[in-house]
Amino acid sequence: MNRRTASVWVLPLSAVLVFGVALSATLGYLDVSIPDVFTILFAKLRGQGMPTGIDPVAATVVADVRMPRILAAVLVGGLLGVSGAVFQAILLNPLADSYTLGISTGAAFGASLVIVLQIFGLALPPGVTIPIFAFGGGIGTLAVVLFLAAGDRRLSSTSLILAGVIVAAILSAAIGFLKFLADEHVGLIIFWLMGSLAGASWANILLLTPVALLGTLVIVFYSRDLNIMATGDRAATSLGVNTVRLRLVLLAVATLMTALAVSVSGIIGFVGLIVPHMLRHLSGPDNRTLIPLSFFTGGLLLLVADTLTRAVLPVEVPIGVLTALLGGPFFCFLFKKRQRDGSTVF
Amino acid sequence: MAAPFSERNPDILWSLTKAHFSYNDTPVLHDITLDLRHGRCTGILGPNGSGKTTLLDLLAGLQTLRSGTIEFQGRPLVSWPKKHLARLLALVPQDFMVRFGFSVREVVEMGLHPHLHRFATLSRSDRDLIDQALIATGIAALADRPVTQLSGGEKQRVAVARALAQRPMVLLLDEATSNLDIHHSLELLRLIRDRFEQQMMQVVAVMHDLNLAASFCDHLIFLKEGRVVCQGPTEEVLTPATISAVYGVEAEVTASAFTNCRQVSFRLPVSH
Repeated sequence: MNRRTASVWVLPLSAVLVFGVALSATLGYLDVSIPDVFTILFAKLRGQGMPTGIDPVAATVVADVRMPRILAAVLVGGLLGVSGAVFQAILLNPLADSYTLGISTGAAFGASLVIVLQIFGLALPPGVTIPIFAFGGGIGTLAVVLFLAAGDRRLSSTSLILAGVIVAAILSAAIGFLKFLADEHVGLIIFWLMGSLAGASWANILLLTPVALLGTLVIVFYSRDLNIMATGDRAATSLGVNTVRLRLVLLAVATLMTALAVSVSGIIGFVGLIVPHMLRHLSGPDNRTLIPLSFFTGGLLLLVADTLTRAVLPVEVPIGVLTALLGGPFFCFLFKKRQRDGSTVF
Repeated sequence: MAAPFSERNPDILWSLTKAHFSYNDTPVLHDITLDLRHGRCTGILGPNGSGKTTLLDLLAGLQTLRSGTIEFQGRPLVSWPKKHLARLLALVPQDFMVRFGFSVREVVEMGLHPHLHRFATLSRSDRDLIDQALIATGIAALADRPVTQLSGGEKQRVAVARALAQRPMVLLLDEATSNLDIHHSLELLRLIRDRFEQQMMQVVAVMHDLNLAASFCDHLIFLKEGRVVCQGPTEEVLTPATISAVYGVEAEVTASAFTNCRQVSFRLPVSH
């Protein structure tokens, strides 16, 4: 698949995404029609009062309650999809994602730590501190993993994965200890760990949008180098790719994207793993197309999942649980199908 | 494009002076002083662990010396920008592995990387170049297949096709034929030899098979335990004495009328 076919895909995908956002905004406890959704949004964007015929309650629900959550779902899904694609390409492993290097676990540890500190009387606004600590946890974990893996100076994918697995195991145990300390308040931690977009605000959107755009741009900028990395370090270096610098830059960008997504939504698994994995089968492994497609598909997938749990299911299932429950079996299906097709290579 | 030619001999591609290299604390190459000249197909030979591949990595700029100097075209190799070096030197590794199912054409296209701007699209002549490389290596029919589904020999030809698409001044082969059957080995070496003779593409090849080296290389460098044992034109240095000193086997070297080059037969030395 060359770049022309990628740009052919981007337009219909954007259209599907816009339609999906609009459709999702109509769903929920209060029925709002699609034309009304657009009217409300355009009026809001131009800063005008609501035109007559629009229920003011509907206007508030769509513009201030549903929209931030819907956009957050799209952006978080896109961030997870793109960062998953990068982790897989850098670690040369189609089963890698932000968990492989312990980054999501680090973010979860940061959040759990704040929750426990608050139980013990730390007086900070949780709406701000939890995201900051989650973000710091993710970045801090990358720093530790890089320090551990730097021994071989080349940051080979094997040392990175090994360091990541060790750090993630330690952090998991540390989260377990924090849960134990939290005692009867353990529900707060568990709820955060299962992920939710219910608390998303416009402030979150303002933070997520530039990071998603800039991060994806930086990664697309290096996507040809990333392709060449798939043919081995020595071959890549002989083609003029600075493999160590590339790994550092892209790991930092992908970590930033993951940590920010996690800080807004909590832990949402399987999107970063399954989206690039599935796309690689559909449109080929070329990162020049895979990266942009991962953003759209990840966004769309999380939007569908979040709309399901928000407006369709009788009770709100935590989004992280839902993605794992839907994504896991789908992944098993893909895995068996590949085996039947006679291909053992992912 | 090339560095300014000063007092140096323009025939010399690489010049190594007292080159030492070690992995962590394990010394691999000692005191290598060597010139690699233009206009020769150079073979690097020696037993396992003698430092052949390391020497090739040093020439390619993939490793840096612990002490001593290495110059490429009269300029210290470390001072060459990597991207510039990638336009002049192409490496064919021993086991060409590709993760993810890139198509053969996509992998060969990667050879153009050092010549292209970041967001450049392929021009007509770029695509022709890729087609030529695919045809020359006999893998045009596989162009749209994922590399992960190819056999070892086919993958190796993809690696050569990519190196040809890179349009290098020097082709560096790291035991590029060691996983190929004799037919494919000869075919690949003939293809490279033709490029050398017709287009003056220089070749430095790490080789394992002495008979293939004898038919392919004009100049041989023998390494043992990280030192140069001897070097010179193939007909001068490929002798029973050298082979015995380097590999510890008894050898007979004959001029074969059938292959029109030197042939080596071996046996273990008779003990006591």
